[in-house]
Amino acid sequence: MGCEQWRDKFDSYVDGELDAAEANALRTHLRECAACAAEVLGRVQIKRSVQMAGKRYAPSAEFRGRIAKSVAAKPRRQGSWYWKILAVPALAVIILSIAVNLFVGRENVRRQRVYSELADLHVSALASATPVDVLSTDRHTVKPWFQGKIPFSFNLPELQGSEFTLLGGRVTYLAQTPGAHLIYQVRKHEISVFIFQDRGEEIARLGSGPVHALSFNLQNWTQNGLRYFVVGDVSAEDIEALSRLLKNAG
Amino acid sequence: MKVPEKPVRDATFEDLAMPLFDQLYNFARWLTHDTAEAEDLVQETFAKALRGFSSFRPGTNFRAWMYRILRNSFLSSRTGLRTMVALDEETGESSLPVESTTPESNLIEQADREMVQQALADLPVAFREILLLSEVEEMSYQEIAEALTIPVGTVMSRLSRARKALRDWLPKRVEGGRHGM
Repeated sequence: MGCEQWRDKFDSYVDGELDAAEANALRTHLRECAACAAEVLGRVQIKRSVQMAGKRYAPSAEFRGRIAKSVAAKPRRQGSWYWKILAVPALAVIILSIAVNLFVGRENVRRQRVYSELADLHVSALASATPVDVLSTDRHTVKPWFQGKIPFSFNLPELQGSEFTLLGGRVTYLAQTPGAHLIYQVRKHEISVFIFQDRGEEIARLGSGPVHALSFNLQNWTQNGLRYFVVGDVSAEDIEALSRLLKNAG
Repeated sequence: MKVPEKPVRDATFEDLAMPLFDQLYNFARWLTHDTAEAEDLVQETFAKALRGFSSFRPGTNFRAWMYRILRNSFLSSRTGLRTMVALDEETGESSLPVESTTPESNLIEQADREMVQQALADLPVAFREILLLSEVEEMSYQEIAEALTIPVGTVMSRLSRARKALRDWLPKRVEGGRHGM
């Protein structure tokens, strides 16, 4: 290999990037070629002088302190960084959950208030000297009685073959809304059926489904624009059975 | 001249980055020619690296990664955009013949530290940075390739051209200095 070819390897040689075999071969050549040896020496010297000259600037202590602080505080900083990223949605979630809880809470309060009121109506009617204003087991007597007394009409089920007996009915009010209060009996237990128009904040916003509250079982649903409540201190099965009859009739 | 890789696993960002602080600052200062800009650049580099540390893969070269971040930050800075001239790597010869007939050792003897510093400062930033990475940081070609995101072959050819540019600069000034005496 001639000097020109070796020359291409000088940089890699001084940078220590030649493999061992090539480096050895080049060293052998340098021992024999004064010109190439001088050239390589010159490159090594330039490399060293650049190395020394290049280490020129030192950061100020103040700046070092600033960076060191920002880096040393990494867990905290990262924490606070995450905190900032997460804070907004987290706060939003908290506020939302508070709002939902308040709303749900208010809804629950409203629902409980309605159920309590219905239970009160049920109990007070039964405790009254005249639980019903129309005393009849005949639905064809009870239903027409409500005409003109409440602003809607409804259908009552045929109870033939069931355990339920109609005792009678009365006009009642729930949240300033007039409705029908019917009293049924099953095995000596009274069950109240309330029928209201399904409107007004108190009534219309109630959910449907069975409820057990204040030792009463309660079922409520809407049908043909009417809201039905079935309340009694009987089993949920009895409430459900009467509800089914009413639904089929409605 | 290869610096052994420190174990990266389990090390915190602080453990890895702070030992590089001085040399990163030196490099930044060489790139920007300005103290305030260098500080901004180093600060930006540390901030970016800290943010990106979770994505840094243990086992890869942390130092080259830091230099890459610093350099990319510099390139996107105003000074970087202004000073970084595109190098035509394709037409550049991989090896350049030495034109000077004077033994370089003689030239270097006269080229004191300030002169080399002036030479470095005058060189195009692409030459300056690769010389700094190779000579000052003593990075391997592979490390330089990672730091500059260029192929190893390009590292070799650019380094060769940078050194030739430096050699060409030095005798010129040395001659000028002599005439001035």
